[in-house]
Amino acid sequence: MKKTSLYTMLFSMLLVLLAACGGGSGGGGGGSENSEGADKTEVIGSDSKDATELTFWTFQELHINLFEDAVTRWNEEFPDRPIKLKAEAYPYDNMHNNLLLALQSGKGAPDIADIELGRFPNYLQGEPQLLPMNEYVEPVRDEFIESRFDIYSKDGQNYGLPTHVGATVVFYNKEIMDKAGVDIDSIETWDDYVAAGKQVVEKTDAVMTTLETGDYWSYWPLIKQQGSDFFDENGKLTLANETNVKTLEFMHGLIHDEKIAEITPGGTHHEEEYYGFMNDGGAASVIMPMWYMGRFTDYMEDLKGKMVIRPMPKWTEDGNRSAGAGGTGTVVTNQTEHPDLAKEFLAYAKLSEEGNLALWEIMGFDPPRWTVWENPAIKEDNKYYQYFGTDIFDTLLSIKDEIDSIHITEKNPLVQEQLSTNVFNNVLRGESQSPEEALKEAEAAINSN
Amino acid sequence: MIERAASSTESRRSKWSVKDFFLSKKVVPYVFVSPFIISFLLLFLYPLISGVVMSFQTILPGQTTFIGMSNYERIFNPTFFKALSNTTVYVILTTVILTILPMVLATMLNSKFVRFSNIFRASLFIPALTSTIVAGVVFRLMFGESESSLANTVVGFFGVEPLEWKFGAATGMFLMVLLCTWKWLGVNILYFMAGLANVPKELYEAAEMDGAGILNKFRHITLPMLKPITVYVVTITIIAGFRMYEESYVFWPEGSPGNIGLTIVGYIYQQGFRMNDLGFGAAIGVVLMLIIFIISILQLSLSGALKKGE
Repeated sequence: MKKTSLYTMLFSMLLVLLAACGGGSGGGGGGSENSEGADKTEVIGSDSKDATELTFWTFQELHINLFEDAVTRWNEEFPDRPIKLKAEAYPYDNMHNNLLLALQSGKGAPDIADIELGRFPNYLQGEPQLLPMNEYVEPVRDEFIESRFDIYSKDGQNYGLPTHVGATVVFYNKEIMDKAGVDIDSIETWDDYVAAGKQVVEKTDAVMTTLETGDYWSYWPLIKQQGSDFFDENGKLTLANETNVKTLEFMHGLIHDEKIAEITPGGTHHEEEYYGFMNDGGAASVIMPMWYMGRFTDYMEDLKGKMVIRPMPKWTEDGNRSAGAGGTGTVVTNQTEHPDLAKEFLAYAKLSEEGNLALWEIMGFDPPRWTVWENPAIKEDNKYYQYFGTDIFDTLLSIKDEIDSIHITEKNPLVQEQLSTNVFNNVLRGESQSPEEALKEAEAAINSN
Repeated sequence: MIERAASSTESRRSKWSVKDFFLSKKVVPYVFVSPFIISFLLLFLYPLISGVVMSFQTILPGQTTFIGMSNYERIFNPTFFKALSNTTVYVILTTVILTILPMVLATMLNSKFVRFSNIFRASLFIPALTSTIVAGVVFRLMFGESESSLANTVVGFFGVEPLEWKFGAATGMFLMVLLCTWKWLGVNILYFMAGLANVPKELYEAAEMDGAGILNKFRHITLPMLKPITVYVVTITIIAGFRMYEESYVFWPEGSPGNIGLTIVGYIYQQGFRMNDLGFGAAIGVVLMLIIFIISILQLSLSGALKKGE
């Protein structure tokens, strides 16, 4: 008896050991201790036995709300094909790495997943392990800002369905601007913006704006606005071209010559330090894409009713007043057991008019299907209107044709890495390199990789 | 009688044959070592070999191809050397601090002059039970760049301007070393206390008879007697230093400004996963393995730990 229990113990210990090790090594590649498990898991939809279960991974738990809404509508509309969606939100890095490895190894991927634009090129390398969505995209292509499909495509196949346009705008703190005596609507060009900034610095304690060093949202839209980009339409690296160098010099000037801008506290506009700084009236404005609205409503509550949204200043008389930046492509993976249902549901959630209205109502995103911008339903009151005023879509409609497409290549992640670690820090923070030197060096590093 | 005995043995054998098999003297040793062997084969040897193979490939879904040495040709670039120099500085600092400080503290805790030494011992050990990530989040808040952050209040007390802790090379390294020291100090103290428990009291008594002071006793008795423990602590600290990743990740999850916090393992992670270049990541891993191997051998042979006996 004793011996039997000894053996049971021994073998169970062995099993536990193996299981523990197996779990550990599968748990995230990076081995960070917070990588185990989801931030949030939610099972949405029908409880009935014939409901098909689909899994959905995302890196932003707010995105689950969108799918919650879509599943509810789907199950009402198609009671004969009910869906039960298991939605899981993981930290950004963790989800992208796990998904990449799951697709690479052919096992463990969800049916549907969100992939952020900065990482999307990784999933298009080699043979994409994603299902093309063209059959659903084709009928509505004209009603969408088409560039939003292009960035998630390879060889004419559209893999990712867009989440927003990402039109870049300026969020002004009206209270500070009024105090400085600046009429926001009189700011039309960047020269006006700088002049207004000087007035703000002179008459208030705030600076005009903050510029990121740890991310590229203060830079990419500015060069895109002028028709430049990191890559040209043929995929050739143009990081150190004249426009890009001049724009970076302009940013450097805002901080060190004009002294109307500061480096963003915490390095990016997504840090606690920045939220606190901005919430306390530290800066009169911030240049970010529309999807940044949600950060105001969630993290900077004191600014409610004080912020207004306006187009970006122009570089030239007939220049563009916005640029699309950022994005999330939702995909169906090739490991799904219900490819048709998953694709149809995804199209239902993100391509339909209702889905695009939900993108606005629930998420505060500028829907990529621009036809709904004119839809009366979009005027219905919600927390974003209460926060930013009622003219959001008038602003958007006025700049609709000024949103250029960004060019995405396999090397975009490398560009992001170079800019956010070396270029901005060396030029804006450390001033150890001139804009031209820094961009040339980054270009060389990217080309040699 | 005999028949009955035989039949009973037989029945016992058929009943317990599995057990007998495992209890035989030939099998039992293998059973006992099997957990280690199996976990070694599955979790160390297999990944090791496959990592080496991967370092000669580009790995993309459906398009895995051998590309010869070209991953290795790309390794020796400025970013790698930045990571290597960061890691080396970190290893040197942590090894020095995490050997000397715990040794001194352990000796102090062990002396009869310190009261409540058990409380000190326990409280110094508690950080080791915390996750680096959780502790790091707290550190990150303490070392914020605003004037009102805890660290800046402290340095402000001494008349120093608020520092941008996470954005300078020296302060960044300070943060990583501090976090590591805070976490592992207690563990290393435990090692040294265990070592101290084995130092015969008679030696100290004899030294006292000869009129040796505290410092002389420490230098001529404690230090030499602690040598095996010291070698062990130095070795694991060096290896852990080269493998360091979390201390950097928690301060700069998305990459550090000017790569001030980039470590070799961080570089593997960045290239392998973020840039989807698993082959290149594997190649860096192989190089890291060689570095650790060479340094460990050097260190062990210099300290005489590889000599067979005395």
